[in-house]
Amino acid sequence: MNADKSYIHWRVETDAEGIWWLHIDQADSNTNVLNVAVLEELEDILNRCAAQKPLGVVFLSDKENGFIAGADIKEFTQIQDQDMAVEHIRRGQLIMDKIEALPCPSVALIHGFCMGGGLELALACRYRIAEDGPKTRLGLPEVQLGIHPGFGGSLRLPRLIGAPAAMDLMLTGKSVNARKAKKLGIVDYTVPSRHFLSSARKVIVDKPRGSRPGRLQRWSNSAPVRPLLASMMRKQVSKKARPEHYPAPYALIELWRRHMGKPERMLAEEARSVAQLVIGETSRNLVRVFFLREQLKAHGKLPEQLRDKHIEHVHVIGAGVMGGDIAAWCALRGLQVTLQDRSEDVIAKALARANKLFQRKLRGDRLGIIAARDRLRPDVEGLGVARADMVIEAIIEDIEAKQALYREIEPRMKADALLTTNTSSIPLQTLGEALDKPGRLVGLHFFNPVAKMPLIEIVTADATEQESAQRVAAFAKQIGKLPLPVKSAPGFLVNRILMPYMMEAVRLREEGVPSVEIDQAALDFGMPMGPLHLADTVGLDICLSVAEILGRELDMEIPGALRDMVGQGKLGVKSGQGFYSYDKGKKSDPGKASPDSANAEIIDRLMGRLLNEAMACLREQVVENRDLLDAGIVFGTGFAPFRGGPLNYAEHEGFDTWLEKLRRLEHQHGAFFHPDPYWQQFATPAAIEPAQTN
Amino acid sequence: MAVKTQLNGRKVYVVDGARTPFLKARGKPGPFVAADLAVAAGQSLLARQPFEPDVFDEVIAGCVMPGPDEANIARVAALRLGCGDKVPAWTVQRNCASGMQALDCAAHNIASGRSDLVLAGGIEAMSHAPVLLNLEMVNWLADFSRAKKPLHKLKQLARLRGKHLKPVIALLRGLTDPVVGLSMGQTAENLAYRFNISRHDMDAFAVESHRRLAAAQDGGLLDEIVTLYDTQGNYYQHDDGLRRDTDMVSLSKLKPVFDRKFGKVTAGNSAQVTDGAAWLILASSVAVKKYKLPVLGEIVDSQWAGLEPAQMGLGPAYAMAPLLQRHKLGIEDVDYWEINEAFATQVLACIEAWKDDVFCHKELGLKKALGEIPHERLNVDGGGISIGHPVGASGARIVLHLLKVMQREDARRGIASLCIGGGQGGAMLLERN
Repeated sequence: MNADKSYIHWRVETDAEGIWWLHIDQADSNTNVLNVAVLEELEDILNRCAAQKPLGVVFLSDKENGFIAGADIKEFTQIQDQDMAVEHIRRGQLIMDKIEALPCPSVALIHGFCMGGGLELALACRYRIAEDGPKTRLGLPEVQLGIHPGFGGSLRLPRLIGAPAAMDLMLTGKSVNARKAKKLGIVDYTVPSRHFLSSARKVIVDKPRGSRPGRLQRWSNSAPVRPLLASMMRKQVSKKARPEHYPAPYALIELWRRHMGKPERMLAEEARSVAQLVIGETSRNLVRVFFLREQLKAHGKLPEQLRDKHIEHVHVIGAGVMGGDIAAWCALRGLQVTLQDRSEDVIAKALARANKLFQRKLRGDRLGIIAARDRLRPDVEGLGVARADMVIEAIIEDIEAKQALYREIEPRMKADALLTTNTSSIPLQTLGEALDKPGRLVGLHFFNPVAKMPLIEIVTADATEQESAQRVAAFAKQIGKLPLPVKSAPGFLVNRILMPYMMEAVRLREEGVPSVEIDQAALDFGMPMGPLHLADTVGLDICLSVAEILGRELDMEIPGALRDMVGQGKLGVKSGQGFYSYDKGKKSDPGKASPDSANAEIIDRLMGRLLNEAMACLREQVVENRDLLDAGIVFGTGFAPFRGGPLNYAEHEGFDTWLEKLRRLEHQHGAFFHPDPYWQQFATPAAIEPAQTN
Repeated sequence: MAVKTQLNGRKVYVVDGARTPFLKARGKPGPFVAADLAVAAGQSLLARQPFEPDVFDEVIAGCVMPGPDEANIARVAALRLGCGDKVPAWTVQRNCASGMQALDCAAHNIASGRSDLVLAGGIEAMSHAPVLLNLEMVNWLADFSRAKKPLHKLKQLARLRGKHLKPVIALLRGLTDPVVGLSMGQTAENLAYRFNISRHDMDAFAVESHRRLAAAQDGGLLDEIVTLYDTQGNYYQHDDGLRRDTDMVSLSKLKPVFDRKFGKVTAGNSAQVTDGAAWLILASSVAVKKYKLPVLGEIVDSQWAGLEPAQMGLGPAYAMAPLLQRHKLGIEDVDYWEINEAFATQVLACIEAWKDDVFCHKELGLKKALGEIPHERLNVDGGGISIGHPVGASGARIVLHLLKVMQREDARRGIASLCIGGGQGGAMLLERN
């Protein structure tokens, strides 16, 4: 037999029993994705399978990190039009159909990541077996890219496990571990790695019944039930995403509701629907955000020569909200952590919060929780300083206190240990003056709440050694966060850009626009939270203090209303009263925004300030380029991801248009809106012209 | 000529030690299981050492009743403390002297040259002692799960009686002699009768125990204690069984708990049921040199003794005497004493026994009485009655604290001893240069 015909991305092995083992091992990559080349080879293999009728076929991956991570997202960006997209998708569907139609049992043997197209391939197999390990994840995350499954997943998953569970997975894009997958019926068996290969062999020989949908699950896909379930799903989705911002989940519900009964029609419509979404603005921008994320991750890659200097033990000084939560997060992510504070009481409270985090993130994993707790060690005496690879300082924002601490600990630190600070307002240069080796000092600016915010600003000063910055960026990636390199400038990137936007919201409020209208406009725009609600949540006193520091540096006037409110003890959520009133942290109903509120004008003013500050940051090179700026604002503030970042949004609207708007706003509302000179880099000469004549 | 010792070979040094505060059991399981206590005490102790935890040759822990998830608790603790896969660990059990047994095993392995650096100690979470199903219930459950058809199941269900639900309280069983059937408190009553110890003397001893612990806490004399943190935001820095308001009047109101009507032993003049852990680091001179370790003291010799189970509280009288004889020492040659306070009457009985010519002659084979251990040199910072007696941990606690007292007072010699349920005694001779 010529079963051993060689392929580039696949390795076909036939054994004595007549089972074909199809190893996917994509060339020049450490992750398998289903790109055109991989699919072409697979089609050839399947054609030969159909002809030669093996005893069984097993799909498995030779990559350490998993089975198949999904479609090749790079290929998305090359898709020109809908017809091209349909053609590509139909081809993939056809290959999945061939797997389904194989004349012998087929098994997907899954370890690690099995996402998107990878899971769709597995769903086309007769059996799925997943390794029962912490790294196994299965899911259909396509909605996160503004599309939905396209290789038959939207048909096969509901058919296999019923609509409620299947649609929940596809609409949220969340992934599940092996045990959950077994419970839902996505996989037939979970096995420990020691039985991985033998389980596939046994299943092919024995042909067991496997996991099948129950009566209720089948019923959930029936024609009379679908309209009812669909409207419930729409309602559920609308709480999280609006159709005008995120069309994909709505398209998926509609596809399922209309066509689930007829598989062939369903596949054709699935292809058409995905093709339409993939060329749409939302998907393009979400794909952009995906690559921005990859770009940030790439900053966290440790160069070969620094591999032996990765961080294993961090020592956190200051167990307040930030320090304590940073320590807890590091312990959760597998680092050895010593947590220092003068007060046992503060440490005890931090440990209690840490314990809640472990309980939440490691639910049901009793031993994992114990191990995480053991990794986080209270250390009043600060003994950990001498052993740590990195010290994270998170004490009060006071130059002298920080410098005194640095002088005390530096002699005790290991020679190549890094010192990082979570300061948000003190220039790194100033702090570095207290050190013998200022090159080891790096800013490590986490956002609150630590467990939820994916971004960390990696702040460097002129004195910072490049190696230190690289090691700290790698540390950020190690703990599952996205490192954004920024220059040590007031407010760094995120707070600096966010602050004028929030201050403008306060000014609007001062002018008499109701809070709820301001926030509603921002929500309509796609922000995760209105600026005034955000200010209340952060704490108005903290907003004021950050604004004051930034205001001094950047010559920004602070609205009197903010000072007045802080003066009156209205501090937001924590005091029960801010721009809204709160009862035990819950916002009381502020009523609805009036339908004729001046939404567009509000957005122009909020975004005008934000974009203008963004330009200033680019001009001052706070970040290296506009992609990083967009990345920072999306991951640091939750800025409407479907808009692909503020500058991407500005470009979409037209830089010229925005320049024009700013001039108008400057005229109406003052110098805040005076266009930053850097707009000239983006606007066309024609739009710049009037500025020069003024 | 060299002094004879049962610890033959190389010198055995204690270089450091730490313990948790001892937490009184308050009816419900306490905030920490035994392994948590061991890890907390060990983490703080290891954090201040100049070596990494994986250089220990072995880890040995004494524990009487580890929890169901803590089989060979020493290994559980060693792994959780980061000692790594390659450091062997084992658990020893000699009832109330389990902690001292762990030290003795470590000492012998160092003396013989098998080990150079050992983490040894004792652990007990008495508040977590299991509550078990009784034998009838276990049988019923077995029959129930064997019954396959619904009708059989139903029949078996009908056989369930109230008596099946009566639990076995493992703690109470553990504190009852399995051979002679007396509770530990009843053996203490035996000694009170035999040596004619009055309720007043017992209560006075208990009051003094609390007074001494209070003074030690106020004077900051218990620096071997590390802070314990639970998962709910609380922390613990002191032995919480201390009752500063204890006096003769309040103690005299307590009713006897073991011989309910006519006895004298009360909860107030007995050791408290507590949770706690203590670790010591034992080292050979090789390890002391290699890691430049400070020497706290030396374990010179140890002795175990057996006696009638119904008299178990006299164990220290039997175990300490051979140490004095072997090293040709009199009571006055020993600067400080720690005799674990299982019961006030039991410590007092040991003192009385050594004052008694007949006892010393008949039981210890001596010509005459040894004399009186001075109260002011015995348990100077309180004992089991005020601090608590987490059974597996106490042996390690008293050795560690005795060394701390000797260091503080610049003393040369000390003896630590415990009575052991089942009729034994254990003692250790410690020295400082």
